[in-house]
Amino acid sequence: MLTDITLGQYFPGNSIIHRLDPRIKIFITLLFFGGIFLAGNYSSYGLLILFSGFIISKAGVPIKHIARSIKPLWLLILLTVSVHIFSTPGTVILNIGPLTATMEGLQQALFMTVRLVLLIIIASILTLTTSPLVLTDGVEHLLSPFRRIGLPAHEIAMMMTIALRFIPTLLEETDRIMKAQTARGADFIHGNILQRVKNMVPLLVPLFISAFRRADELAVAMEARCYRGGENRTRMKELKYHMRDWLAFVVALIVIACVGGLRWVAN
Amino acid sequence: MSIVFTDVNYVYMAGTPFEQTALKNINLEIKQGEFVGIIGHTGSGKSTLVQHMNGILKPSQGTVSVEGIDLNAKGMPARNARRKVGMVFQYPEHQLFEETIYEDIAFGPRNLGLSSEEVERRVTSALQFVGLDREAFGKRSPFQLSGGQMRRVAIAGVIALEPEYLILDEPSAGLDPRGREEILEQILELHKTTETTVILVSHSMEEVAKLADRLIVMNDGMIGLDGPPQEVFRHGREKLAVAGVDVPSVCTLLAELSERGLTVEGMPLTPEAATDAILAARGRKR
Amino acid sequence: MEELIKTVNLGHSYVGPDGEIVTALKDITLTIHSGEFVAIIGTNGSGKSTLAKHFNGLLQPTAGQCLVNGHPTDSETYLWQIRQTVGMVFQNPDNQLVAAVVEEDVAFGPENLGVEPSEIVRRVDEALQLVDMTEYRLHPPHRLSGGQKQRIAIAGMLAMRPKCLVLDEPTAMLDPVGRKEVLKTVQNLNEKGMTIVYITHAMEEAVYAHRVVVVNQGSLALQGTPVEVFSQVERLKTLGLDVPVAADVAWRLREKGLSLPDTIITNKELAEALCP
Repeated sequence: MLTDITLGQYFPGNSIIHRLDPRIKIFITLLFFGGIFLAGNYSSYGLLILFSGFIISKAGVPIKHIARSIKPLWLLILLTVSVHIFSTPGTVILNIGPLTATMEGLQQALFMTVRLVLLIIIASILTLTTSPLVLTDGVEHLLSPFRRIGLPAHEIAMMMTIALRFIPTLLEETDRIMKAQTARGADFIHGNILQRVKNMVPLLVPLFISAFRRADELAVAMEARCYRGGENRTRMKELKYHMRDWLAFVVALIVIACVGGLRWVAN
Repeated sequence: MSIVFTDVNYVYMAGTPFEQTALKNINLEIKQGEFVGIIGHTGSGKSTLVQHMNGILKPSQGTVSVEGIDLNAKGMPARNARRKVGMVFQYPEHQLFEETIYEDIAFGPRNLGLSSEEVERRVTSALQFVGLDREAFGKRSPFQLSGGQMRRVAIAGVIALEPEYLILDEPSAGLDPRGREEILEQILELHKTTETTVILVSHSMEEVAKLADRLIVMNDGMIGLDGPPQEVFRHGREKLAVAGVDVPSVCTLLAELSERGLTVEGMPLTPEAATDAILAARGRKR
Repeated sequence: MEELIKTVNLGHSYVGPDGEIVTALKDITLTIHSGEFVAIIGTNGSGKSTLAKHFNGLLQPTAGQCLVNGHPTDSETYLWQIRQTVGMVFQNPDNQLVAAVVEEDVAFGPENLGVEPSEIVRRVDEALQLVDMTEYRLHPPHRLSGGQKQRIAIAGMLAMRPKCLVLDEPTAMLDPVGRKEVLKTVQNLNEKGMTIVYITHAMEEAVYAHRVVVVNQGSLALQGTPVEVFSQVERLKTLGLDVPVAADVAWRLREKGLSLPDTIITNKELAEALCP
């Protein structure tokens, strides 16, 4: 059933990583991403792996959950690995038909894999330890300086909030309409692609109509609750930086600086 | 000729934190020609129960068969058996999608692979049952209708499948008293003229008691009570209270009268019948 | 009593889909006093919801006037003050909750008003307590029952500290349990002094009001105490409305020649009249 899908992958908890300010977490994630692309040799990658190991150990999320986020991407990793192994020129170590694997290719493949895996792990730790609502809040705050150049920061965040609220409702609705049309003999499973697209019409039209009706009613309800955009709006939960946030930020900054340094030293 | 549940269990969202047994050991037979009312509060399992009757939900254990054929078997016989059961979901007007009322009602019959003459006949007759004129309404968009009319078009879309068993889940929800009465009358009329078996799901005892000749009260995934309405109200008061179902307001009124010493004969369910019974009881008293 | 909402010859018409002019409301003069519990009843399409949407300026009259606390609802200056004074709860519980967590949703109104964060927390606490939903503070709304969702919607309004709540068929999509929950919540609030305008076609809910107003085809058809209105069984039936069963049976008995007072609307009253 469609309603079985649980939205987002937030893993409730109270670890130090959970309690960090979402803005800081987003910053550190971005910083880490920078580090990943800065790293270029064994020592710098080693340091990044150590650092993410440290974060994982502090996150209070079972390693199983973190590993699960890599699963959907193993095909991409496999592809990257084979492309690198076989297309990098250098010392030949193996010949399979027209393909030649090189030592340099192997190293490149290893680096790429580490990059991808670290990227996914760090991004998932952000979403695993931050509730979608808080994340939205963080995004709004981080985007607000760009309001001056016309970026609708508040509106983007409001859209995210409403999406979070309505995705489960719309999934339920999809489930209901599918059942109802199936009961009238609609077939959403069989047939070739063209037929299947055509068969989606009895599902999509009612779904769109319903989504528009909901949007309409929600807009009226929001107006009745005195919503008039982001101007003069306050928040119940104000984001405040704590000592731990600054500490975490400084630690991350030092680690990434070291990664850059290690790379520079090697060159 | 019947729908038969044998030892049916259904577990909702198995294997997730929301796992819940929605049906527990259901054994039930609904015979052709009956008008059955299924009552229960939200979460009692009444909607889950009826969604098993046309194979939309598959029992976790046990079997559901229509005319002796297991609905969840593979192949044509099971498919044909499922087609004998038509299902009108809650707020069915939310499933309308075609440009004209005619096309929308024709959707189901066309999926059955019928000839265009037969489709036309069925659409016309279905519209007639829900009290909408084919000439006046056929070419109009369903989205320009009033809420009550949209509801009737959606119901016609299922009636046009000409099912032998027609299930309606809360067909009158959200309508005003007049709209409610109209729809229920049309369903009763369909039951009488075509001998379609009707299974009416509701949380309002008020409307079901007047129409059904058999009541099934669902509570906590089990059948709490099963019998003719009068029997259910007479003997099942406690169980009804446990199931969180109200008795019809006429029954409450008569119970109040009885407490003050005026006990009426029989079990009238409508204000008309109650009036006559009160007059008769007063006559006897003198 | 203080006049809170007042309509003077209010009319509302709009241009329909085929370019014709549709008159939804005409010549409505109605006053709602502070602390009252007024039920507005009528069939679907009678104009009762359109009327309700005038009370907080979601719709503007096309004729006559609608005043809240003496301020016309079509004045830009007072619009937000009016919406804060008159809170509105709608029929569909799903389509009025904004946030994915109950407390965030209740905070939405005061946040829009620019209330201080600490004060918002206090108001959210208080509002959730008033509707008896404190324990659901951190739940996602889509996992709640219909009745619970409506109580959250009511809490969302209460957090704005309104003087009046207008509820537009709040129970139409709920089951009997949900209906009772909402009605009880509303009665409680009224006892605490909240003005209530309750729009419904469920007569068994309207009997709890102090005053019942019947709207038919865009006009006021009838108004008075529940007894005055529901004893007019024939009139209500021709308007397509239900009456409480006791009133119905009493009326039928009178038709058959029994002499019963024509003020009977509850079971108890009928029982007392029949068995003195």
